[in-house]
Amino acid sequence: MATRQVARAGLPLMNIVRMKGVPILQQLEVEECLLRTSSENWCIINDGTDKPNIVMGISGKPAELVEISPVLEDKIPVIRRFTGGGTVIVDHGTIFVSFICNKDDVADVQPYPRPIMSWSSLLYSQVFQGVTNFRLRENDYVFGHRKFGGNAQSITKNRWIHHTSFLWDYEARNMSYLRLPKRAPEYRLARDHLDFICPMKDYLSRSEFITRTIDAAESHFSVESTEFEAVKPPSNMKFTPTSRLLTNQELEAAGNTSI
Amino acid sequence: MALRIWASSTANALRLSSATRLHFSPLSRCFSSGNLHSYPSNSPSLCSFLKFRRQNRNLTYALVSIAVLDGLKYANSHEWVKHEGSVATIGITDHAQDHLGEVVFVELPDIGGSVTKANGFGAVESVKATSDVNSPISGEIVEVNTNLKETPGLINSSPYEAGWMIKVKPSNPSELEALMGPKEYTKFCEEEDGAH
Repeated sequence: MATRQVARAGLPLMNIVRMKGVPILQQLEVEECLLRTSSENWCIINDGTDKPNIVMGISGKPAELVEISPVLEDKIPVIRRFTGGGTVIVDHGTIFVSFICNKDDVADVQPYPRPIMSWSSLLYSQVFQGVTNFRLRENDYVFGHRKFGGNAQSITKNRWIHHTSFLWDYEARNMSYLRLPKRAPEYRLARDHLDFICPMKDYLSRSEFITRTIDAAESHFSVESTEFEAVKPPSNMKFTPTSRLLTNQELEAAGNTSI
Repeated sequence: MALRIWASSTANALRLSSATRLHFSPLSRCFSSGNLHSYPSNSPSLCSFLKFRRQNRNLTYALVSIAVLDGLKYANSHEWVKHEGSVATIGITDHAQDHLGEVVFVELPDIGGSVTKANGFGAVESVKATSDVNSPISGEIVEVNTNLKETPGLINSSPYEAGWMIKVKPSNPSELEALMGPKEYTKFCEEEDGAH
């Protein structure tokens, strides 16, 4: 049974881990390990990842989601992560924010996708207060009708993770590695990537966004900072993460089936 | 008459076979936290309940019927078990599929593996989430529903029949006795929904 840690303020405790430039696969491995083996609440913030990576959801099929030939030619890593949702290409311009919570510490939120998504939108409404036109639209964070943040979740019996990749900035040419997905939100209206997304940098600086996010977390939790080194799984830990890098052979096979 | 129509439409909506019975009795209503719930007041075995599900940001609500079948046992993580002879069939409940949304992918274990009571054996993907599915009992997996690979939506359209997930040879049949019956599970769902 999880031990509820409650700070003096009466709010549940949340550990904030700030990182910069950590490889996205390593971040995903740490997150899944914390979700499955920790009993504490965590907020992981990774300010940019080290190089461009394509990250698909758990059921992602590369043949449908990725332009295989240029990806292979340009050696872009393709990862299948442990959470649901769609495909993103992330790089140094992406800011990642992940909340890993005990369901009992967010007791007014039922541990299902839509209530968790709504809870997150309330938190980020605080972050973007005063910034034009922020809202949760279907399951994306948008300014107006353009997406700048993509969400995904994993829900276990007693805990859940809600993580977001925010497009603070991006390389337009990287979007050409992604195909138009078959499953897309209605508001996308068949727009291609560059007409569908927008960068956050036009609205908030990186540091201001991260500061506001931590401030918003503090309205729900009693936060404490933790170093990244302290949360990296020890080498003798018996936990095998399920997020993984797809091999060239798998991508080539996917490319052959899509012909 | 209204109840028979409702029973028929519920059974049809869930694609329940004619051999499956839904029992109905006079209903009473209560308002709880903005939800309208209907539940049988005197029935020894329980059927289904109504709830309002908020449809969208414009606060329109749809009246949905959540089915709870007689003859099954239920876990507090919203899985059901049907024990017939030496095999137990397991899936997720109508309440669970309603809360999860459209299921687009199902991850199932291999035949020959084992499941342990209250531990995960697979997952479903819906909306943007993967959600663990836990086994209500322990045992050996003897069959998995391969139809769910091509048609994961069976979990939504037929959670108690075509959307079954695994079949297990129970290793400890007494575990079934600790599970909830239909009336208890209905009350559990209403209390859980009413708390939010």
